[in-house]
Amino acid sequence: MTDPKTLFEKIWDSHLVDVQGDGTCLLYIDRHLTHEVTTPQPYEGLRQAGRSVRRPDATIAVLDHNVPTDWNEKIDEDSQLQIDTLRRNCAEFGVELYEVDDARNGIVHVIGPEQGFTLPGTIIVCGDSHTATHGAFGALAFGVGTSEVEHVLATQTLIQAPARSMRISVDGDLPAGCSAKDLILAVIAKIGTAGGTGHVIEYAGPAIEALTMEGRMTVSNMTIEAGARAGLVAPDNTTFAYLQGRPRAPKGDLWHQAVSYWKTLPSDKGASYDKEVIIDVSGIVPQVTWGTSPELVAPITSQVPDPADAPTEDARDSWRRAIDYMGLRAGMNMAGIPVDRVFIGSCTNGRIEDIRAAAEVAKGRKVSDGVRAIVVPGSGLVKLQAEEEGLDRILTEAGFEWRSPGCSMCIAMNTDRLEPGERCASTSNRNFEGRQGRQGRTHLVSPAMAAAAAVTGELTDVRGMLP
Amino acid sequence: MENFTRLTAIAAPMDRINIDTDMIIPKQYLRTIKRTGLGSVVFDELRFNVDGTEKSEFVLNQEPYRRSGIIVAGDNFGCGSSREHAPWALLDFGIRCIISTSFADIFYNNCFKNGILPVTVKSDQLKALMADASDRENPELTVDLNIETIIRPNGGRVAFKIDEFRRKCLLEGLDDIGLTLQKQRKIDSFESKQRVNQPWLYLENESN
Repeated sequence: MTDPKTLFEKIWDSHLVDVQGDGTCLLYIDRHLTHEVTTPQPYEGLRQAGRSVRRPDATIAVLDHNVPTDWNEKIDEDSQLQIDTLRRNCAEFGVELYEVDDARNGIVHVIGPEQGFTLPGTIIVCGDSHTATHGAFGALAFGVGTSEVEHVLATQTLIQAPARSMRISVDGDLPAGCSAKDLILAVIAKIGTAGGTGHVIEYAGPAIEALTMEGRMTVSNMTIEAGARAGLVAPDNTTFAYLQGRPRAPKGDLWHQAVSYWKTLPSDKGASYDKEVIIDVSGIVPQVTWGTSPELVAPITSQVPDPADAPTEDARDSWRRAIDYMGLRAGMNMAGIPVDRVFIGSCTNGRIEDIRAAAEVAKGRKVSDGVRAIVVPGSGLVKLQAEEEGLDRILTEAGFEWRSPGCSMCIAMNTDRLEPGERCASTSNRNFEGRQGRQGRTHLVSPAMAAAAAVTGELTDVRGMLP
Repeated sequence: MENFTRLTAIAAPMDRINIDTDMIIPKQYLRTIKRTGLGSVVFDELRFNVDGTEKSEFVLNQEPYRRSGIIVAGDNFGCGSSREHAPWALLDFGIRCIISTSFADIFYNNCFKNGILPVTVKSDQLKALMADASDRENPELTVDLNIETIIRPNGGRVAFKIDEFRRKCLLEGLDDIGLTLQKQRKIDSFESKQRVNQPWLYLENESN
């Protein structure tokens, strides 16, 4: 009998190409997702060294980070150059690229799963920190830097030091009005943005098992905001049902062969972790961030905290700075803080269930005067699906703008951004200073909470607005 | 990549936690197809006013810190996005070493690919080094990767530890890809086995 292993250890061990004397590993990479912003330099490096892409069939490219979400808009020269550079590189190196007007295009972390390119038991990388999203499928998925992108293109491997493991067990039923976004924000509130540093997280427990694949993706996505590079969920029937029939998922006999293999992946009984966290979500209420780090988050029913109550001196400074940047006061009710903008989209919350949740709240209501609210589907296919369901009409009738897919206001590389001082309820993943635009103020929330803020003009407890 | 052995340089104190990669290099500068030229905009929003003038309170706008080669910073440095533009911008400014109590994982990795040494120290050590850096009369630190030691202005020593492989690559300025390509046969053999055991991961089998 071999020692019990975790899901993470099973994937890690099955991808070892080489182990050096000091424990540094050479890992095989099964899937490589690429986009326009972090690929120009790697391809230039390959060209200079006369190297090729080792596995074009295991690599796909999308245009998402800086493409306009309003196709009538003129694109700036630098972005156009990046887009054209990716087109040229993909053609030269034989990598498949989803063009802007291809329904399969969209945010890299939405389309990987959608196409069945993301599969359990694989190692997936991308030059983007939210690659953690794919961990929802029981894949080891993590973001890499640009030099590592080049390394993967050239060798289909990565040099990695082993990580420690952490299990986050989430108990309890998620209450009505709370979503996967509230769950992960509550986890980050508990462990902090550096809580997972150096670790690979495995999310487990009944509350995780009960989530849909889209909900699990939202949780895994924000693993990086908890400091860990990867956050896995064991594959189960929910996973298999989601994948079956997707364009790049295995078919026929291979499907059955794959599923039997995937069923061996969940952590063995008795497997041990370097760190264990248990959280019960049955009592949580919708979450909203008040500061400039995702860990500065609180229930919508609470108040902006007082820096005097911060646990450490460093935290006190950071709280004070954050409250000042956000234009808030300690003791203010979170509910009732007025917003100027609302953003629904991103790799965290740009999938069909997110848009349904927003539409449910928006239905029959109007976006508040003076608020500008945009909805940006995560992919062309999400957009089509939403239109088939009539969600676009519900949203536009309520006064939301209905856009084309892209990263949009989550990274604010194009004109979808905040003006100085503007306050935004956003379904994205980072509320850093300037993240959504210089001097912009971001409150991270779920899609339902964002829609509620749009129609009331202020941060609002969505639980009072649901049917 | 330029190697890193021993560096004596002015250390800039940045006494705040969670300095994220958006702070180090905001998104509008990611629209580049080059690695160089970002030093002029590193820490953009902390460093410049909207009209482009310098914010005098920001440390890198003050003497002698304009010539800093080292940053001493609070916990969780480099958190956030994977953008390698962050270490590129720091390097382009002249920063070769960052000292903190912890680093975000991806940023930490990215440093080693660019000849930057991230040094992790304990919180009492960071406090002392922060105080050293804050003395603008004599804010020079020496960081020696060979002996994994920081030498303080008062001669005091702070030991640190770097993974053996990373240390070797940084000391010698080695190219990772070149090293890995020497293991091509191992990669070939891994692929042949995987092709048999998990054929669904290979495109030629996908259309079954």
